Parts: sequence; structure tokens; C-alpha cells
Amino acid sequence: MTAEENSEAKPSGPRPSVFLERQSYRRRRLTDAARLLPFLGAALFALPLLWPGQSIEGQAVPLSSAMFYIFACWGGLILVGLIFGVAARRLRTREDPETDTDQWQR
Amino acid sequence: MATLNILILVCLGYVVLLFGVAFAADRMAAAGRGRWLRSPVIYTLSLSIYCTAWTFYGAVGNAARSGLEFVTIYLGPTLVMVSWWWGLRKLVRVGRSQRVTSIADLLSSRYGKSNTLAVCVTILAVLGGTPYIALQLQSITLSFSIFAEADTSGLYREGSSVFWVAAGLAMFAILFGTRNLDANERHHGVVTAIALESVVKLFALLAVGIFVVWGVAGGMGPMMDRIDASEIGQWNVDAGRWTTFIFLSAAAFVCLPRMFQVMIVENDDEGHLRTAAWAFPLYLLLMSLFVVPIAVVGLDLLPEGSNPDLFVLTVPLSQGNDWLAMLSFIGGFSSATSMVIVTAMALSTMVSNHVVMPIWLSTQEGSGSISGDVRNIVLMARRVSIAVIMALGYFYYSLSGGGTALSSIGLIAFAGISQILPALVGGLFWRGATRTGALVGLSVGFVLWIYTLLLPGMGAAWMPASILESGPFGLGWLRPQALFGIEGIDPMVHTVMWSLSLNTVAFCVTSLLSFPSPLERLQGAQFVNVFDHSAAPRGWTGSVAQSEDLMIMTQRILGAGPAQEFFQAEAEQQGGRSRLPEPTPGFLNRLERELSGSVGAATAHAMIGQIVGGSSVSVEDLLAVADESAQLLEYSSQLEVKSAELSRTARKLREANTKLTQVSEQKDSFLSQVSHELRTPMTSIRAFSEIMRDTRGLSGTEQTRYAAIIHDEALRLTRLLDDLLDLSVLESGQVSLNVGDDSLRSVLDRAVSSALAGTDEKLAVRRSRASERIPLHTDLDRLGQVFINLISNARKYCESPEPVLTISAHDVGGRLVIDFTDNGSGIPPEAQSMVFEKFARVGGDKAGGAGLGLAICREIMQRLGGEISYLPGQGGAAFRVSLPLAYQQAAQ
Repeated sequence: MTAEENSEAKPSGPRPSVFLERQSYRRRRLTDAARLLPFLGAALFALPLLWPGQSIEGQAVPLSSAMFYIFACWGGLILVGLIFGVAARRLRTREDPETDTDQWQR
Repeated sequence: MATLNILILVCLGYVVLLFGVAFAADRMAAAGRGRWLRSPVIYTLSLSIYCTAWTFYGAVGNAARSGLEFVTIYLGPTLVMVSWWWGLRKLVRVGRSQRVTSIADLLSSRYGKSNTLAVCVTILAVLGGTPYIALQLQSITLSFSIFAEADTSGLYREGSSVFWVAAGLAMFAILFGTRNLDANERHHGVVTAIALESVVKLFALLAVGIFVVWGVAGGMGPMMDRIDASEIGQWNVDAGRWTTFIFLSAAAFVCLPRMFQVMIVENDDEGHLRTAAWAFPLYLLLMSLFVVPIAVVGLDLLPEGSNPDLFVLTVPLSQGNDWLAMLSFIGGFSSATSMVIVTAMALSTMVSNHVVMPIWLSTQEGSGSISGDVRNIVLMARRVSIAVIMALGYFYYSLSGGGTALSSIGLIAFAGISQILPALVGGLFWRGATRTGALVGLSVGFVLWIYTLLLPGMGAAWMPASILESGPFGLGWLRPQALFGIEGIDPMVHTVMWSLSLNTVAFCVTSLLSFPSPLERLQGAQFVNVFDHSAAPRGWTGSVAQSEDLMIMTQRILGAGPAQEFFQAEAEQQGGRSRLPEPTPGFLNRLERELSGSVGAATAHAMIGQIVGGSSVSVEDLLAVADESAQLLEYSSQLEVKSAELSRTARKLREANTKLTQVSEQKDSFLSQVSHELRTPMTSIRAFSEIMRDTRGLSGTEQTRYAAIIHDEALRLTRLLDDLLDLSVLESGQVSLNVGDDSLRSVLDRAVSSALAGTDEKLAVRRSRASERIPLHTDLDRLGQVFINLISNARKYCESPEPVLTISAHDVGGRLVIDFTDNGSGIPPEAQSMVFEKFARVGGDKAGGAGLGLAICREIMQRLGGEISYLPGQGGAAFRVSLPLAYQQAAQ
């Protein structure tokens, strides 16, 4: 947060900041999000286990809804992954090569 | 109605098309054209060999039996791909930097290039792959049988068709997969063919799905209603199976040899993963999108008891849509063939590199040069192993009866191959993971998998019902499907849970308890920290003579052209003019990596080791190095001792030299003094004798006076010569001591009387006779001589009007000390240090002595083991003579 505010406070000052550029900062948070994505996915796919099964009369979730949920989550994951991929590539091309390797090869 | 003949023709046509595509792609890649061959799209599509005939047909069957459970098989890989940042990226980097050829090679390389481990993984992979290949056979046979039912010619027989399918696939795999040797080289042809196949199967399944939803059910809405109304229309998934299968498919996705082949070995660019991370899950989603609708429609339309695994075929057929059924058949066929080709490629690489080559190498033992054409041997080994693997699949199919549902066979294979996971993940993220740990963990998981899943699945012939019911030898807690007495778990969940957890525990505990070899630790560091250093710090050492052997060997493996090219490039890089590069450690490492692309890390390591003579990093070598340095240390310390000795000797020599110089100077001055001393009396003797000879008329008294002078001088000369002789005898140490016993008093008595005899000078000698009763055991005459000399010196030089000499004797610290003190003016301080020197005279030539007396005394006392010294500050001249009492006592 501090870093973000800091970078916003001085949009294009020549003075070098102890904090990362807004661009690099965004990219790192994007990386963090990409790393966290599988955990979100696992949690989403584990959620149906909490649904009531066939044993409870009349409360069972219809298969169409289950399908819709699963495929929606799935599609959501793919979409977020795609956005990450595209964003990462765009951010990468904007960065200068040195910091780029530092960020993406490590 | 499509007849069997048309079907076979279509299949053959399809295979020819695949060949054409593969051939064209290889040509394009070789010509350097076709950048799209290396595009992320092709990479993503090649990953889809994950979807085999099992998923093509079996997913629908699974959905028809247990609803949405089938989707777990796709969710696992989706999660793995989404989390590529954590695992796959590292795996791909390691695979590329180590030029890994298979999963067995990766593990072997990680755990110190251990071939034992590689063999274990190979066996596991072959055993796990066998049911899987059986599955493809089954699916193709089943799909054939569907068409055969409709065919009236009646030519179809199931048994023979399975055989021909197996033989055909083996042929196909041999032709496709063993065209070139370097397993690490990108197989652009195969990969492109696989990509095409994945497009075909996706297209086929989507086509059937669209036909079912919009053609049969009448749109999305009605389809959804139909789904909810069907017998699988409610969410009913076993939580254990759901989570287990997601985990299992994720694990298998990474560990399966064919997935490893396309994902890691065939990877061109790490960046492709970024695209595949979303594109491959998308492919999986599309593959599973219409599975439930097809299953539901199949359940609705087809009669009771029809095989749900074949709904993909039978639903279009039942609707009279033959061409769609044909397309669907091609889709299934594609899935099976691509899976079999890649699996066969991967497994045969493993078998030839880790089983055949080591055996072959050990038969070629000793010699540095490798005889025979290794390329042909490797290729032949691969072809034979493909045939053997296909035969195993065929036998598994025959033995298991082919009745088992498709998806359960697939899961058995998944559970088997997943046993690699702990060793793989541990090897990538934990530097403490050891070879022993990996071996033990693998074995535990492997045995449990066979015991609890594979054998019970193969029927009563392999696992009697009695064991299933009451355990081996009646041990209930060892029942294969209820280990430790915990019953009621689904068999798959049971196996996966027990085998993987015990595998992991065994792996971790053994790793913690064992100690890795140096090579293992180096490799471990390289794998775990692959992003920090991808270069290899391992060291080979070689001599120039071996370059030629290396060249010969490399030519036989890589082929003459590439080998010469490689060596030439290396030689140029080294800057040498020779065509052969120096076998530097760097060159040997690169060569090993190049070779490991063809024959695997362990074999390449062993081959280079055979020529170069062992890696420089072995315990023995380290020990030898340690020994050597210890020897060096010892040697240098010896040198140090010697140099210290030398410097001591040099110092001694210098001292001796100085002494010699001094002695020589002393001798010179002695000679000049002696000649001077001799000249004085000689001069007067000559002068007086000339006077007596030449002067006439000398009076008698004059003659007598002159003669007396000559006589006196002659006496003086004699005395001088006596003294000199005495001194020289004493100094040369040739004097023989005449040792006797007497008391100090009597020796002093004699000395005093002889020193004072015949003189008129009055010298009072004071003695305390009581203290002089000391027995002596020494040369009494010589000691007396010293005493006489001291007493007569006092008599001659004491200037006191009433000269008194005090002689006192006492015992000081075990030594007899005799002091001679007179009451004269003493010796001036500047002369004190000189009195014992030869010809040193104090106060002029008054007494006419030669100045040798005290020098003789000093020499005598040294011979007697005592000493004589001047005592300053006693009021007059004081000399101290000391003798060892101990000496005389010891002598007594």
C-alpha cells in the first residue's frame, strides 16, 4: 500500500524512489496473483463437496447446476490465466530487458 | 452403413495422412522453415495426448455411471497447468539444462546419476504403462466391434482384431518414434502429427456433442432439463473419490512418461508454458463440455445394458448419422494412436537408455574405445522394447479379460505412475532428498500399488479370493483392499492414500537418515537451485590422448557429421589449431550433456567415465585429494624442519668461522708477541756476547758481569720457552692429568713455601687452616702450580709497604672456592678483562715475567674442570679459584 501511494504521489518525478516503479510493482503483484491462482482453483473445485448429496431428499443439487458451477469456475480460471498471460507479456515487453530477466527468469 | 472394410481403409488413410504430416514437418524443420512448428499452439496441442482413447470414450462412460466424477480427471491437470509458476517452470528448466530424456533420466540425474533408480522408474513406468496400452487396445477393439455388429460379412473376430491392432500400433510407433536417435532432439514431425490428432479428436467430440445437444435434444434449455431428469441428474459425488482423483490426475499429469516427453523433453521454449497455462485447460474444458449431454442422451436413447463407454459412437449410429460416427471413430483412433506412439517412444527411450545400454556397456568393459555401432544398438533396443511393451499391453488385455470399465484401467495406471511423485517433487524442492530415500519410497509405493490395486484388478488367477477376503496367511490386517483393518474405503482411494502416504513417509525418513554421495549433492544443488545456476560445476579431467577416443565414441552415438561438427566447434572455441579439442572439464561436461540427449544421463556419464577414467568427483577421489594434501602438508613440514636445521647449521658454521678468524688473529698476534718476547733477551745476549768477542782487554769482573747477563737472559728465554711449551700443551688438550688425593691444606702449604722460598721479599700469608681440611681428588701438582703462580704474583706485584695475602677457602653451592686476596692497589678495571690473556702484563715489565702465568693458570683450571676469575672490589687484587666438589665426590 505504502509503495503504491508513494508511486502515485510522484507520477513522473526524476528523483529515484526507494520503492518500485508503479509498473514493476503492478507486475510483481500480478505474479503474486498468478501464483495464488491454483489455490483459488483448488478451493473452488473443493466447494461442491459441501453440497448436500442425494441422501437428503429434495435438497440435492441438480446436475445441470453442478455442471454450470464447475464449468463456470473452470472457465473463470482459464480466463484469469489468459489475462495474466497477456498482461505479463505486455508488461514484459514494456520493461527494459535487465529487470525483465530478473523478474521472469527467477 | 459403414462397413468394416471402409473403416479399415479410413484408418489406413488416416495413418498415411499422419505420416505425411510428420514427414513434411520434419522436412520443414530440417530446412529451417516453419517457425509455427515451434509455436506455443503446437506445444499446447501436443500436451493433449493426455486425452487418450480412455478420455475420449471412457469419460462418457464414467459420466453415465457416476455423473460429474469424470471431470476430476481434467481438473487435476488444469490445476497443475494453472500453477505452472510453482512447478512446471522449474521442471522444464531442469529438463532443458540437464538435457533430460525421460522421467527416469531426470530422477537418475537428480539422484547422482544412479542407474538403479532409473531402472526402478523404468520398470514402474512400463508396468504402469501396460494397463494403459491395454486400455487403448480395448477402446479400439470395442469401437471396431460396434461397426462389426452392423457389418454382415462376419469377418470380424475379437481376439485376432486385438492382436492386429496391437501389432499395427507397434509398427506405427516403431516407424514414428525411432526415426532419429536423439531423444532429446525435438521430434517436430511426431509433435506436429500429435497436434493434428488432438485437433481431430477435439473436433470429433465437439461435433458429436453439438449433434447431440442441438440435433437430438433440441437446444441448450431442453438439454439441461433432460440432464436433470436423467438417472444421473443430481449432484452425487463421493468426497473421497472426488479429491483423490483430482490429486491423482494432477500427479499423473506430471509423472506420466508420455506427458513428460511432450511437456519437458519436447519443450522448445519455456515461454510456451505461459500460453499452455491457459490454453491447455481450455482444451480440456472443451473436451469435457459435451460429455454429460452425450452420456445423458445415450442413457435415454439406447437400450438397457448397452456399453456407456461407446456412447460417443453408438449415439450417432443409432441416429443413423454414419459419417458422424465415422468421424467419432477417427477421433477415438487418433487418441489411441497418439498416446501409443508417444508412450512407446518415451518408454523405449527409458528401456534402451537405462536397461539395455548399461548391460551392453558392461559387456564392453575395460576398453576405452567403443566398438560396434552404438547408434544401431540403441535404435534396435528401442524398436525391440516398443514391441515388448506392446506385447505386454496385449497380454494384460487378454488376462484382465477386457471387461473392466475403461476408466478404472486408466486410474490403475495413474495410481502406479504417481508413485514417482514424492521422489520427483522432493528432488526438485528439497536438497536433502537422497537416492536411497527415493529408492525406498518408490519401492514401498510400488509394492503397495501392485498388492492393493494391480493384482486384485487382474483377476482371481493373480490374486486368490481368499487373500482378498481374509488376507495373506490369514492376517486380516494385510487384506489388499483393507490395509490395517480399515474397511469400506473405495479401492482406488484406499490404494492412492496408503501407497502415496507410506511412499512419502518412507522417502522422507530414509532421506533424513541416509547420506548422499558428493555427485548426488552437487546434482541436488543444481536441481533445487536451477534458477540460480544452470551451469554445471561438475568436473571431468582428461588428457589430450583421450580426445580421439571420445571422438570415436561420439561419432558412433551421434553420427559422424554431428560429432565432427561438435568437436570442431569446441576446438575453435578453445582457440587451438588442432581439429580435436583439449578434453577440458567444460568440454567433457558439454559432451556428456550432448550424449545424454541420446543415451540418457547415467549411460553418458558411464561412457565418458570409461574413457576418461572416472569423474573427478567421487568419494575416492576426494579422499585421494585429501590424502595428497595431507602428504603435501607433511612434506612441507618436513621441509620446514630441514630448513630450520640448515639455518641452525649455518649459524653454527658462521660462529665457527668467526671463532676461527679470531683464533687465527690470536695466533698472528701470539706469534708476533712471542717473537717480540724472544727478541728482547736474544738482543741482549747477542750484544753482550759481541762485546766479549770483540773487545780486547776486558777486565775479569766485566767479563763475569757480562757472562752473568747472558746467562740470565738465557735463563729467561728458557723460562719463556718452557711456559710457551706448557701453554701449548695445555691448549691443545694433550696434557695428561696426574690425578692424586690430598687435602687442600697440604697443597697450599707446599705452594706457599715454594712460592716464597729463596726470596727476601716479605709477604705475609694469612690462612684459616681449619677451613682448609677439604679432601681433593685432582692433579695436585697442576693445582699447586696455579696456587704458586697466584702467590708469587701477589709477592711480585703487591705494592703495599706491608704486603699481606689472604687465602680463604669455602664451599659455595657445591663448589670449592679459594680466594687469593692481597692488600695492594689491585688491577685497574680496564685491564681486568685482559689479565688472563697471553702476554698481558699489568704495570710494565717490572717483574720480568712473560705474561703467560695467568693464561697458563686459566688453561690448567679449565683442564681440571674448574675456573679462575678476577674478583673486583675486594680492596686489592683478588683471584678466585673454583673447583667442583661434585666432581671429586663423583670421582671417589
